[in-house]
Amino acid sequence: MLWAFRSNLSQMADKKREMAACVRVCSRMNEPRWEHFQHGADIGIRGVGPTKEEAFRQAAMALSAVITDPAGIASEREVIVEREAPDDEILLMDWLNALIYEMSANQLLFGSFEVRMANHRLDARAWGEKVDVRRHEPAVEVKGATCTGLSVARNDDGEWVAQCVVDV
Amino acid sequence: MDTKSLQRVSGDEWRIEPHGKMLVPAVIYATEDLVREMDEKVREQIVNVACLPGIEKAAYAMPDAHWGYGFPIGGVAAFDPGRGGVVSAGGVGFDISCGVRTLLTGLTAEDVEAVKPLLADSLYRHIPAGVGSRGLLDLSDAELDEMLEGGAQWAVRRGYGTDADLSRTEEKGRMIGARPEAVSEFAKDRQRREMGTLGSGNHYLEVQHVTEIFDHPAAEAFGIHLNDIVVSIHCGSRGLGHQIGTEFLREMVVEAKNYGIDLPDRELACAPIESPLGEKYLGAMRAAINCALANRQIITHLVRQAFAAVIPRAELTVLYDVSHNTCKVEEHRIDGHTKRLFVHRKGATRAFGPNHPAVPEALRAIGQPVLIGGTMGTASYILVGTAESEGRAFSSSCHGAGRQMSRTQATKRWRGRELMDDLAERGILIRSPSPRGVAEEAPGAYKDVSAVVEASEKAGLSRRVARLEPLICIKG
Repeated sequence: MLWAFRSNLSQMADKKREMAACVRVCSRMNEPRWEHFQHGADIGIRGVGPTKEEAFRQAAMALSAVITDPAGIASEREVIVEREAPDDEILLMDWLNALIYEMSANQLLFGSFEVRMANHRLDARAWGEKVDVRRHEPAVEVKGATCTGLSVARNDDGEWVAQCVVDV
Repeated sequence: MDTKSLQRVSGDEWRIEPHGKMLVPAVIYATEDLVREMDEKVREQIVNVACLPGIEKAAYAMPDAHWGYGFPIGGVAAFDPGRGGVVSAGGVGFDISCGVRTLLTGLTAEDVEAVKPLLADSLYRHIPAGVGSRGLLDLSDAELDEMLEGGAQWAVRRGYGTDADLSRTEEKGRMIGARPEAVSEFAKDRQRREMGTLGSGNHYLEVQHVTEIFDHPAAEAFGIHLNDIVVSIHCGSRGLGHQIGTEFLREMVVEAKNYGIDLPDRELACAPIESPLGEKYLGAMRAAINCALANRQIITHLVRQAFAAVIPRAELTVLYDVSHNTCKVEEHRIDGHTKRLFVHRKGATRAFGPNHPAVPEALRAIGQPVLIGGTMGTASYILVGTAESEGRAFSSSCHGAGRQMSRTQATKRWRGRELMDDLAERGILIRSPSPRGVAEEAPGAYKDVSAVVEASEKAGLSRRVARLEPLICIKG
């Protein structure tokens, strides 16, 4: 199981090892990308990019892809997200949870994002549309972003990786 | 999980003695096969739980335990507020008061067989399920607060059910101590139009038939006979509970150090029970319990409408309604003394034995029904609480099959539409807006529920009463 986490993510040494495991696969492409990783009952989302902003943007794409194919989501509605947090990891959780709230309260799906960050502060925009069950065939609704597998750090290639497990 | 790292106390009880920062032992109830199937994360998480302030006796893992958030899913832990005990948002989980309600119908399998497709369609039409589905109600701010305060009692007052339903619901349908003002506007917004919806993921509504009786006196007391048709509803507090879980997890992570709590894992975020944050969370969590109870009550009403449209003589009554993601105040005997404890059950079912005052009077002599959800292709079970369960894990039992395969793996292995065709050939009708969602919930992605309930029985956590097999499954 390539993406399996077997170590305690709260420990820095283990975190570095996990990032190294990620790098082995991620570095094949070396361009902004998102992916899912395995978690027992739920699903892990991961964004990778040259900047922290790009990693956050890609993580949001990974979040949407848990529900449906992001390529099939039209950009008809814009939502602005502004958040501030004590550290980047909690900021990632806040960013994803803000999107989850919008999806849940306003029946939206998002397919594209713009992210700006400075000093643990995020100013972002998300574009999407109302969910259309027939067209989007949404697989599952996401309940929340969690601290499990939560990490915002550079990998050995110098790329930023932003990831966590989401509860579905 | 490697069994070498555990001490085998008896056939189905495994123990990790306190070491490092552990305050109490960790105990796993499972057969050797189930322990071997468990993720190593379960061991790590149950050890972490054993380190939390004020924990009593032991941190427990049920036979269906798997990797959760801070607590394992299938985790039980009780805390004493007088000894600095904590309440943990992760220990309750994101889907607060997710649970199972089972309805008796007065019908047999033969009554349903001829009209099965019609009944499946009627249920699918009546019960909103899946992403983006909306309920019939659009609650105002005042109505939302009344719902959060009143739970299923509120729903019955609004015409969605009867007093008899409430007598067969935990807490008589209303959790005392709810504080609607502790629930954020965001959480309320997520719920405004979600009352009476099933949700998605592992939530479902099933029409099932009774295929085996294990304990005839208990089955008789529960009103269950071989070949009977029952309906089981598995869902929780929907967007409101998810939002409360999200917000308090964050707040507890940030505030833990201010309360002098050294978290072994951030996901274990908690606050002292006797602290402003702990009390605020408990008030919000109890409001979410009421939301879940009201939700399952409204769905019961919709199920009755769906049955009436196809089989008018069906008479649907509630067998029982039990939640498996909660923190509840209970009295338990510890070393000869009765203590008031805050019992967390994350993916674990309360299982009170005979003569417990919280069990409905009509069932009190036999014990509390314990409702265990399986998968859409296998079986579910009705169990009963036992007297010895009190001494095992604060009267707790398993809650379901427990996943053995991730969603990613499941979608690679199965196609939703093929799965639905295969199940239809076996006489199980699936109605779902999401083929991918069905694939993620494929029966093969779960552990063998029969092995889980058998292990619960062997460990003395609860006793099997009846096996239920699905005929219709509405999946979000």
